[in-house]
Amino acid sequence: MPDNPEPNHDEPSNSRSAILERSAEPDAPARTASRLAVAAGDELEGSGVRFSGVTKRFGDLTVLDQLDMEVAPGEKMVIIGPSGSGKTTILRVLMTLERPEAGTVEVGGEQLYHEERNGQLVKASEKHVRQVRRKISMVFQHFNLFPHMTALDNVSFGPRKVLGLSKDEANERAARLLEVVGLGDKFGEHPARLSGGQKQRVAIARALAMEPEVMLFDEVTSALDPELVGEVLNVLRDLAENTTMTMLLVTHEMGFAREIGDRVVMFDGGRVVEQGPPTQIFGDPQEQRTRDFLRAVLDRE
Amino acid sequence: MDLTYEWDWEYAWEILPDLLDGLWITIQATFFGIILAMILGLAFAILRRSEVRAISWPTAWVIEFIRSTPLLVQLFMLFYVLPHYGIRIDAFTTGVLALGIHYATYTSEVYRSGIEGVPRGQWEASTALNLSTMTTWSRVILPQAIPVVIPSLGNYLVAMFKEVPLLAFITVFDVLGEGKAACTRNFQCVEPYTLVGVLFLIVSIPSSILVRQLEVRLARQP
Amino acid sequence: MLEWNLWRALLDGTWITVQVTVLAALLGTILSILSGLAGLSSVRAVRWANQVYVDFFRGTSAIVQLFWIFFALPFFGISLSPLLAGVVTLGLNMGSYGSEVVRGAIRAVPRGQTEAAIALNVTSFDRMRYIIFPQAAVTMLPPYGNLLIELLKASALVSLITLSDLTFQVQILRVNGSASTTQLFTIALVLYFLLAMGITGLVRAAEGYLGRGLEIGRGARRS
Ligand SMILES: Nc1ncnc2c1ncn2[C@@H]1O[C@H](COP(=O)(O)OP(=O)(O)O)[C@@H](O)[C@H]1O
Ligand SMILES: [Mg+2]
Repeated sequence: MPDNPEPNHDEPSNSRSAILERSAEPDAPARTASRLAVAAGDELEGSGVRFSGVTKRFGDLTVLDQLDMEVAPGEKMVIIGPSGSGKTTILRVLMTLERPEAGTVEVGGEQLYHEERNGQLVKASEKHVRQVRRKISMVFQHFNLFPHMTALDNVSFGPRKVLGLSKDEANERAARLLEVVGLGDKFGEHPARLSGGQKQRVAIARALAMEPEVMLFDEVTSALDPELVGEVLNVLRDLAENTTMTMLLVTHEMGFAREIGDRVVMFDGGRVVEQGPPTQIFGDPQEQRTRDFLRAVLDRE
Repeated sequence: MDLTYEWDWEYAWEILPDLLDGLWITIQATFFGIILAMILGLAFAILRRSEVRAISWPTAWVIEFIRSTPLLVQLFMLFYVLPHYGIRIDAFTTGVLALGIHYATYTSEVYRSGIEGVPRGQWEASTALNLSTMTTWSRVILPQAIPVVIPSLGNYLVAMFKEVPLLAFITVFDVLGEGKAACTRNFQCVEPYTLVGVLFLIVSIPSSILVRQLEVRLARQP
Repeated sequence: MLEWNLWRALLDGTWITVQVTVLAALLGTILSILSGLAGLSSVRAVRWANQVYVDFFRGTSAIVQLFWIFFALPFFGISLSPLLAGVVTLGLNMGSYGSEVVRGAIRAVPRGQTEAAIALNVTSFDRMRYIIFPQAAVTMLPPYGNLLIELLKASALVSLITLSDLTFQVQILRVNGSASTTQLFTIALVLYFLLAMGITGLVRAAEGYLGRGLEIGRGARRS
């Protein structure tokens, strides 16, 4: 691990157009790649995730219907599907932002919403949830950066207040992460003064600073102006290729999904319609609904 | 400490009629006070919008000054100073005057927001129709501005009601004035002041609810 | 103009007014925060008890509360000094209004902020302390400033329970005939106005301080 990584502001580049980025070959910047992985703690083992019979309702609307789904440790799973199909809800259930009505969720072999007491599975205490939740972090569509904190404080806040690092250690970790996502010159800026792409990179650094074993990305480029998508995808690609973290990504960037996904899951109506390796889902989809969806999305592009 | 105070029902019953008489005075003062506040406040609001800076600027300062100084002091001032200038009005009228002037500074703000809520196009259309300033205000702007501000005015009505007891200190026998009198007459103060408090709750809580409903109803209208 | 000893009395009174206002503001601020948080509690009994407090103090009048505490409470064996009675009443009263200010401002912080904090595994206490409250505080300040001015104005009520604040001193000087009534009241009003301007200035400064970094696109953009 480099003790004092020199700042490198030109990568990932802001200047290349999104289209170029998306059609770029996956052999993208190698030097940054390793540095990001190192900064993010690439030795960390990813955890597996297992949803069993998870049901989530909003009033009369059943958004997740007895969902069974497994994610292997270190797997990069891409979730696609039409709007309103429940993709966000899956990630939010895993992040404990929505409590499911039925079913269990396991992370790294541990129950998230339940704990074992006297040989029985009972509703987990807040303490237990927090302990399991440590393994997970999430990046949001709308960034949700803390507007009253500088970029550096946004990233160092979690390590300091949650992981118990000293101020210096936390700042050092935050600085390292911001450097490798290309924001070495933005430490002191408040989010209001950053572009969308910069905000989202801060948000990624903030999540990485918690050294999660599972990272959730919910359409993290959808709120960005097209020319800023590339810089964020670069960082994600780097993470996907050079870390052993488990990643669940919801995205509409099909080229990107094909490039980095170990597996693509097509979602509709709260159920898995079809899943498989990207080559199969994009090259030879079996289900009519998948074909319709892909045609609709690709036509738009 | 003796929390087992013996509540004297007989005494309470005896002073209740006086307190109710006082409450009636309180309600009357509120009524006249808010009417004055609504009229004066409108005048303030319009003067403040004047394009003549020699009018708008002093108006703004007068409003600011009256609004950030205590009503009690203003009340005393009117009560003790007016007679020096040969103006002899009774205590009740003095009180209503003080309430009206003080709350006009609040209502003028309310009107201002209502007036600012009227789209620019309405002014422009009035100009295009060559309406006089007077007609523009009375026929175009105010009819649109006033209905939306009624709930806010209602809130100030309730607020004013709770400040009327200050009139007791310029010799008006409002509900607190009566309570005070009972307290000093009988050396028993728990019953009168408790009853005064209860009477306030009885009037102001339903009024607040009413105003809130008015707000909701107006908010629902397009 | 007035003689020095008259000024002296007025300034002594002003000092009492400042003390009452500052102490009541401290109590009122603490109560506003506690009551505002209680209003957001997930425990129904807490919300209900809080609503009783808020409705009670907003439903009755400050002067009636003051008289009750000063003149009726002694019959229960609890005698408060005029200063304490004034501070307690005004503080309780301010808290009942501040409650809504705090609650509203906290609720206005976007939900995404709480969610981001959960995603960082922040405890609910730290979430409120470091994430939600600091942002809500910026929204709270303007209405909080108004509450402080209302408090300053209401502090004149303590003159009615014999505390020698500015209003009380004016009344004494008026009764003594030491100066012209018009002059006395005008000076008193100007002194109150200066205090109010001081409060406004302080609140503005606090807004600038707490809002630093938030100025650009505040409310317009989500972050
Ligand atoms: N908090 C909520 N309350 C009510 N309905 C919701 C809520 N969140 C999501 N939904 C509904 O659940 C469905 C799935 O939402 P979501 O998971 O956001 O879909 P996706 O991310 O695939 O577009 C949608 O129909 C949405 O309207
Ligand atoms: Mg979604």
